[in-house]
Amino acid sequence: MPELSDIYSEVILEHNRHPRNRGRVESPTHESHCDNPTCGDTIDLSLRVKDGRIEDVKFLGEGCAISQASASIMTQMIKGMSVEDAETLEAEFRRMLLEENYQPDAAMLGDLIALQGVKKLHARVKCAVCAWHALDAALSGAATVSTEEK
Amino acid sequence: MIRQNNQHAIERDFRLVVDDCPVLQRFVHGKRLVYLDNAAMTQMPRPVMEAMQAFYTRFNANVHRGIHRLSEEATDAYEDARGKVARFLGAPQPESVIFTRNATESLNLVAYSWARENLQGGDEILLSVMEHHSNLVPWQQMADEAGAKLVYVGLTSHGMLDMDELAQKLTSRVKLVAITHMSNVLGAIVPVAEIVNLAHAVGAIVAVDGAQSAAHLPVNVAAMGADFFACSGYKMLGPTGIGVLYGRMELLEAMRPFNYGGSMIAHVELEKSTWAEVPQKFEGGTPNIGGAIGMAAAADYLARLGMQRVQAHDQKLLAYAFPRLQEIPGLTIYGPPPEQRGGIIAFTLKDIHPHDIATILDKEGVASRAGHHCAEPLHHYLGIPASARVSFYIYNREHDIDALVSALLVARKVFGA
Repeated sequence: MPELSDIYSEVILEHNRHPRNRGRVESPTHESHCDNPTCGDTIDLSLRVKDGRIEDVKFLGEGCAISQASASIMTQMIKGMSVEDAETLEAEFRRMLLEENYQPDAAMLGDLIALQGVKKLHARVKCAVCAWHALDAALSGAATVSTEEK
Repeated sequence: MIRQNNQHAIERDFRLVVDDCPVLQRFVHGKRLVYLDNAAMTQMPRPVMEAMQAFYTRFNANVHRGIHRLSEEATDAYEDARGKVARFLGAPQPESVIFTRNATESLNLVAYSWARENLQGGDEILLSVMEHHSNLVPWQQMADEAGAKLVYVGLTSHGMLDMDELAQKLTSRVKLVAITHMSNVLGAIVPVAEIVNLAHAVGAIVAVDGAQSAAHLPVNVAAMGADFFACSGYKMLGPTGIGVLYGRMELLEAMRPFNYGGSMIAHVELEKSTWAEVPQKFEGGTPNIGGAIGMAAAADYLARLGMQRVQAHDQKLLAYAFPRLQEIPGLTIYGPPPEQRGGIIAFTLKDIHPHDIATILDKEGVASRAGHHCAEPLHHYLGIPASARVSFYIYNREHDIDALVSALLVARKVFGA
């Protein structure tokens, strides 16, 4: 069981207090909404993708520190990335949280490593992946997703 | 002096409950378990487990059919359990109590067997905004099927059901009032007997969700006049997988069953069947015999303590908890003042999401709940995305509330509030 400071690290608390990229991008090409019904977390994600690159990404929504920090760090990292790289990052992030005994690629994950402590809190993993569900949905053209869908 | 001695005896009785519940001896994350999630699930005392164990170890057999000693004993124990639960709820006869899986299934039984047959287009179903999903979703479905309309009653500024609004909306179009007896979020106690009088005056039927009240308040369904009353075993010291529906006998007799199969029939021919008497008519398939025995033992346990005292114990803890919680900066309690509620407190803490509160409380050994508590519309009504909730029961004491307050202060510290 991780310590409280492993879950609520400075990185997470700071992103929760001052979330980056809040709002809706101008002329979005992709948008989605994710609900985490067990927590009442919501994420509205909007992206503007041009020539396979994420020019801009923003989120709105409310929820616990873990869901909001995860969304904030995600938008910070994928802004300017190619869609392909964002998808690779998403896969690595999910493996970090969902795969047992997985040694995540810390260099690739950057600040997202701060969410590793959530792995042991089964009830809270959904909070951390909500924004990533939204990303997945937006990029694949779905409008609404729920953390209850696999 | 006598009264004082009585008070001591009562305090001792309640202190002993802790020793009866093995789970409460546990430690979590190196801390003494402080169990404050009783509105979701209560802990089982040993006498309840022993009653079930006696069934499984001595007379585990099917009921109502075997011509052998074990089956007779099992049938006697099962029907004896029905009688005990009926007495506990103040039901006029054991047959008016149907064993189900839980309050949800009980309310679905009313939906499928009563509402489906009796609701028509244009009829209204009157509900409150604080209903648990189990006393809301079935009625949405029934309203959809029948073309009936759902009409909601709101709350007063004190977090109580708005009885003026209820009286106003309770017109002759209303065929069913589905109402909680005690909110699982606000703890608010609803004057159901008064509602029954008003409803019967316009010819409406009243289904009471007693999932919380059966555990926290003295209940007498006959005095209340309820047409239906639903509750669950696991919220009142019993096991999961067992609950009951009380129904007024003449209603039950007129209703069609909705769970067809063995045990619920009188005669079966190739093309048609006739139904058994109430309550067997509604208990298709082999029931949860061990669970029924457990629920009856739980009812006995509570009856020995006395439900007046159980309510007084809630009151004592609420009176202690309210000022202590209100001292915490940024903490908002929802719902009525302590004297108008059972032992449930939902709250928010400024700038800390309820789920983060619950995670931090858990690390401090305090079991609570966060989210919608299966009452999403109530949270929309209150204008909050979610709430944290603590709920007390007979084994909780003032030092549990002290632990809660300390843990909430830790949460504030972690979040730099």
